Amino acid sequence: MSAVDEPLPGGALGEPGPDGGGQTSAARLAAYVQGGGVIVPLLTVFLAFLAGGLVILITGHNPISTYKAIFNGTGLNWLLPWTSSADRPAAALNLQQTLILTVPLILTGLAVAFAFRCGLFNIGGQGQYLMGSYAAVWAGSSFAGMAHFPHVIVAALAAAVVGALWAGIAGLLKATVGANEVISTIMLNYTAIYVGDYLFGLGGPLQNGAQRSVPVSNDIVPGAKLHVFWGDPELQGLHIGLFVALAALIVFWVVLNRSTTGYEVRAVGLNPEAARYGGMSVARNYLLVMAVCGFFAGLAGAMDVLGWQFRIATNDIDISQIGFYGIAVALLGRNTAVGTFFAALLFGGLLSGTSQRNLDPTIFEPELASNLTTIIQGLVVLFVSADVLVISILRSGRRLMPWRRSRT
Amino acid sequence: MDAALELRGITKRFGRIVANDGVDFDLRAGEVHALLGENGAGKSTLMSILYGLYHPDEGEMIVRGEPVRIDSPRRAIDLGIGMVHQHFMLIPVMTVAENIVLADEPRSAGGLLDVHAADAKVRELSERFGLTVSPDAVIEDVSVGQQQRVEILKALYRDAQILVLDEPTAVLTAQETQDLFKVLRALRDDGKAIVFISHKLGEVLEIADRVTVLRRGKRIDTVATADATEESLARLMVGRDVLLRVDKAPLHRREPVLEIQGLHARDDRDLPAVRGVDLTVHAGEIVALAGVDGNGQSELIEAITGLRRVDEGSIVVEGRDRTGASARDMVAAGISHIAEDRQRRGLILNFSIAENLALREYRTRKMSNHGWLSTRRMVTAARSLIREFDVRGGEPETMAAALSGGNQQKCVIAREIACNPRVLVAAQPTRGLDVGAIEFVHRRLVAERDAGRGILLMSLESDEVRSLADRILVIYEGRIVGEFPPDATEEELGIAMTGGGRREAA
Repeated sequence: MSAVDEPLPGGALGEPGPDGGGQTSAARLAAYVQGGGVIVPLLTVFLAFLAGGLVILITGHNPISTYKAIFNGTGLNWLLPWTSSADRPAAALNLQQTLILTVPLILTGLAVAFAFRCGLFNIGGQGQYLMGSYAAVWAGSSFAGMAHFPHVIVAALAAAVVGALWAGIAGLLKATVGANEVISTIMLNYTAIYVGDYLFGLGGPLQNGAQRSVPVSNDIVPGAKLHVFWGDPELQGLHIGLFVALAALIVFWVVLNRSTTGYEVRAVGLNPEAARYGGMSVARNYLLVMAVCGFFAGLAGAMDVLGWQFRIATNDIDISQIGFYGIAVALLGRNTAVGTFFAALLFGGLLSGTSQRNLDPTIFEPELASNLTTIIQGLVVLFVSADVLVISILRSGRRLMPWRRSRT
Repeated sequence: MDAALELRGITKRFGRIVANDGVDFDLRAGEVHALLGENGAGKSTLMSILYGLYHPDEGEMIVRGEPVRIDSPRRAIDLGIGMVHQHFMLIPVMTVAENIVLADEPRSAGGLLDVHAADAKVRELSERFGLTVSPDAVIEDVSVGQQQRVEILKALYRDAQILVLDEPTAVLTAQETQDLFKVLRALRDDGKAIVFISHKLGEVLEIADRVTVLRRGKRIDTVATADATEESLARLMVGRDVLLRVDKAPLHRREPVLEIQGLHARDDRDLPAVRGVDLTVHAGEIVALAGVDGNGQSELIEAITGLRRVDEGSIVVEGRDRTGASARDMVAAGISHIAEDRQRRGLILNFSIAENLALREYRTRKMSNHGWLSTRRMVTAARSLIREFDVRGGEPETMAAALSGGNQQKCVIAREIACNPRVLVAAQPTRGLDVGAIEFVHRRLVAERDAGRGILLMSLESDEVRSLADRILVIYEGRIVGEFPPDATEEELGIAMTGGGRREAA
């Protein structure tokens, strides 16, 4: 095969090494994907919206006015200077909802992105998020006499630690017996759902003490609620969890790029064999990284419970998707801090822009629109995976159809 | 003599890179014509064009006097061009005969594969050219040398008159290389035209009638081997005078720095690979570990460097027992390791040069403070190592993947020497490198020896072993079966390496 292992056209990786043929195609793809910059994700989003537009068209609606309505539903028009003062209050409310959703999306996105950077695929963000939210609702509804600040800290930390322990199970299995983390995290997602159904279901140990016939948790006490800094606390204003999420993005970047721990994580992710040769324990890194991922996801659960949900109903557990959206966020954000932020904002906007409350039913039925979000999410994941696929097809295409080479 | 093939003014560009720049090449029936050049000089590209894998941007190809357009390997095969790739394209679970007739099978009346006809044809061809293989053996059970014969037979089966061999000796032992040369001579005498791609000067002089030298995509010259020497070819190849023989100061052997006794270790399949190795490396000497690939040398080196579990025996570094120490502790104890495979183990290709150079010492004060990397110190250290080891083509921030193989290896060597080891374990330090880079690595190893480090060199190249080593230990089936002085002949070593020298064991 060496004869056909030629430099990428245009020297995308610089002058190819003379024995570049020994480099695996997976490593090349990883470099290509990471080096793709901002163009590829933007193109991915554009394609997903284009395909979504086709779906809208098929249902007999106008894609442009639908997308415009969704955009206004996100409240992002609040940022545009030409939005009229009459529209601003509604836009502000919508933007608060978008950002409330962006908070857990950033954190569950980081839970997936951090694992990816260590070469692990954490599909268990959902389970870690749920376990974290259980811990938060328990801690938030207990210790009624506690002062506000310590109570919030205790509840948030409890959630993060429980998330870390939950993800740590998958990390430990990977590190000790080599169990595939994809399988174990998926299984742990189901387990987490059933743990919640048991805890808060009828007769469950954490079911609401006052309403014995409703499968719901106790409400958290007012002292454990996150401070609302924008909007009306009674009308689900924006809570300070946004700053927690932004801080998490910074921590993620700094730890990954500036600490020896992050150096090890990246080394293990890019080349475990070289990491071992460099004296690192690959297994220890797997365990650590999974725990940190669970920490992020658990924190996401805490932000939702302490920020705006205030209670957990078993119905919500079964339909919650935030952890899964985190996978799309991380993929679209290229596992970087900045990318994760924008991808989380995109999905936060989509979720709130297509919600029943925010989308004008005369333009597009919200019942269909929320499916549209799912469709776009699916397309993003498809296209993100596909761009790896597209590159490899392109390359093998050149191999199978050599005459195409002369035109590149 | 007839011209079997003529290439005129072949130019091939990949984006901004010109892989072939107006290359002329002519090949006569009944000759072995070597195509010589450093890695990246454009040899493989030229031959891929000939085989229809790439299309040239400019130039023409003339086969037996007829201008041709070769747009696919199928067309090349129809024109009587056969290619033996560096990495074999055989189906491991099928038999030798099945592989040879694949895609061109003799069919019996019912349209089924005519096994007997296939066998007979294969037997006839292999007898005619001395290519002994058993037609009904399964590919995965036969040796690499035999697989290569199958590839050659495959081409002959399709009536190849022009046979291209891409670095055919890279995977062969010395004995297998001699066997291959016998076959090539028989083919030449039969009137076949053979292109022999290589960057090994000695082999080219031995087997080829003429040599065409490529450098950076251009044809430099075509000379008859009768008029050439290793030095003259090296100069054509590299563009400057190259020191082929390593100058070494007399040996100043000092105290032992690495003492290994009764070492046992298992391979990845959990089978015994190292079976009771004793060896000692002194400060100021190069001890070479010679052997045929797969005789436990890789496992031995991993055991010494803390990457593989030691089952039995002891590893003593500078008088202190370090048996069972981790990779990190072994480095701390004074053992550095130039890994056998720089791309799989020695480097993280998507890390920058500075990050790669920090791989050993990222936790020390040289590179970090209390768990926080000092980018400034990493870059400063990288910059001085880049200068000292003459790493070309990159700044500290450049990805290691963007460097050429020789410069990647310089990074590995720079890092392993920078941590100031007492023992430098160098596993195949020149694998896949071109002449210029090999010269650099050899000189550096000798310089480190003269500076008083102990060097354990593992190499599959017997030339390298003999020119660098102060003592040669031959490893066979996981045991040291003999110790030889550096002036041992190739034959002596060859016999020991294949298990024949056990009685001479020290």
